[in-house]
Amino acid sequence: MADPVKPESHAPNPDTDAYAHESELESHLQTKRMVINMGPSHPATHGTVRLKVELEGETIVKIDPEIGFLHRGFQKSCENVTWTQCLPYTDRLNYLSAMMNNFGFLNAVEKLIGLEIPERAQYIRVIGSELHRLTDHLTCVGATGLEMGGFAPFLFAMEFRELLHDRTAELTGARLTTSFGRVGGINRDLPEGWIQKVHKSLDRGLELIDEMDVLLTRNRIFVDRTKGTGVISAEDAIDFGYTGPALRACGVDYDIRKTKPYWVYDRFDFDVPVGEHGDNYDRYLVRLEEMRQSVRILRQAMDTIPAGPIIVDDWRIALPPKPEVYGTIEGVMSHFKLVMEGIQVPAGEVYDSTEASNGELGWYIVSDGGGRPYKVHVRAPGFPVLAAVPHIIEGKMLADLIPTFDTINMIGGEVEQ
Amino acid sequence: MDRVSAQLPEAVADRYVDRTGGAWAVIHADSLPKVAAFLKNDPELEFKLFGSIDGVDRLHLAENDPRFEVVYFLYSIKRHEHVRLKVRVSESQPVIPSLTPLFRGANWWERLTFDFYGIRFDGHPDLRRILLYDEFQGHPLRKDYALRDRQPLIPERPIKDIFRGPGTSGLS
Repeated sequence: MADPVKPESHAPNPDTDAYAHESELESHLQTKRMVINMGPSHPATHGTVRLKVELEGETIVKIDPEIGFLHRGFQKSCENVTWTQCLPYTDRLNYLSAMMNNFGFLNAVEKLIGLEIPERAQYIRVIGSELHRLTDHLTCVGATGLEMGGFAPFLFAMEFRELLHDRTAELTGARLTTSFGRVGGINRDLPEGWIQKVHKSLDRGLELIDEMDVLLTRNRIFVDRTKGTGVISAEDAIDFGYTGPALRACGVDYDIRKTKPYWVYDRFDFDVPVGEHGDNYDRYLVRLEEMRQSVRILRQAMDTIPAGPIIVDDWRIALPPKPEVYGTIEGVMSHFKLVMEGIQVPAGEVYDSTEASNGELGWYIVSDGGGRPYKVHVRAPGFPVLAAVPHIIEGKMLADLIPTFDTINMIGGEVEQ
Repeated sequence: MDRVSAQLPEAVADRYVDRTGGAWAVIHADSLPKVAAFLKNDPELEFKLFGSIDGVDRLHLAENDPRFEVVYFLYSIKRHEHVRLKVRVSESQPVIPSLTPLFRGANWWERLTFDFYGIRFDGHPDLRRILLYDEFQGHPLRKDYALRDRQPLIPERPIKDIFRGPGTSGLS
């Protein structure tokens, strides 16, 4: 479409006509302070977040992250459904590692009930969590490589992630949002021959991780852009409430799997990688090493998993087996009660935390004794991490924002609850 | 917790252990910064890692006076322990001293609590809504805010100095 209002005379434009005047060629490049919006949906922001960036040339003077574009009213929704119906909501907090959120929530609920889940269920929870820790870190590391200009590492990451998603689908029936946990255990047992398949996928996966390592860790462009950028000191990181890989990259050895082991984590032999400088490069290295450790945990867990039930045998908490539902009146009644009213969690409150892929995932739950949660609060690891971005990036270059945003791995779903 | 009670006896209103074994201290709102500073700076405690803040609306619980509870979770990397603090505030005067000068991590959590429950934090540098837009009416996590409540439409905000790209006359 032709522009109907063409300016008659060409009015001078100080921004575009600077080179037209020879004298200005020798003067300093003109800059003016400008505000640009990055996001809410930008290829380099993982998730829906709007960054209002105030630039002076290429230097970031001020940055104001604005969240809430994905806000779904997680807490309010949970207060209006039964405990079991909360599970799909928890999946969608961190859609890259759904099982960890799911199991973390269940861990808190079970603590409130005072329930010990069967050993086999604990093993399967560890296996599920580590699988999804791998997929989460793969996405993060792959995307970091991609946004620094390397497409191949991203493809390797996606290949491994696809393998893991296939295994997840065989296990749970879904690829991303699995809703696999149940109060008192898990939904279903491992499929036949699944463990051998996972071993095979992990063999291939370790090769792929090595390929990514070779391509990125000594790559000149990658190192130049990540080393020394996005630095946060250990003291500041603690003050802001950093946890997980972002905190460990600063040199603080804090991993809930080690300090306060839950499920059967204390039976496995694994290391917690710790960084030194707290910059983007260290966060990348910590994640890379954590993936290898996850593979170690997975192999040990799959080799030592005991036989036994996968959910507690208590009809007030777990649904009765289908033959009982169709055959006995007690089965029908408890099935009906559980579906219609929900699990009767005794009144009380609990704060419990697990180590999710990005850090401490804390749940503060209040029950009034009914079948629905009275209050569900989630302490998402991405929230403090994002809150500290202005502190990290102000006064630095615009180009540093991309790797910083990649390696802190903020997930929109959990930040915006 | 024992150390807090010994050092600042007038600050602690109540102490109890919940059914799951978590120890709680109910703190008077005025003395919250003092308690938090003690917990953070005491060389034997060092509760420096800021966990989170959230509110609880106790409207439908048996004890609902005062109406709001604000819970604080701090963590000590030295001791590998959580500390759970609680402050009770009434509906008529929901004001708590801010912890942001002490912990920078408190900034966003306080904004979140303000956004959802309407509890104001005295001394917060930038207390505005965080997840919802400025024109939103009410505080959605209060129990008397209906699940399917509707909000009035708001007019589009004027944007200054906008350049919509070549080929346009500069107007939308």
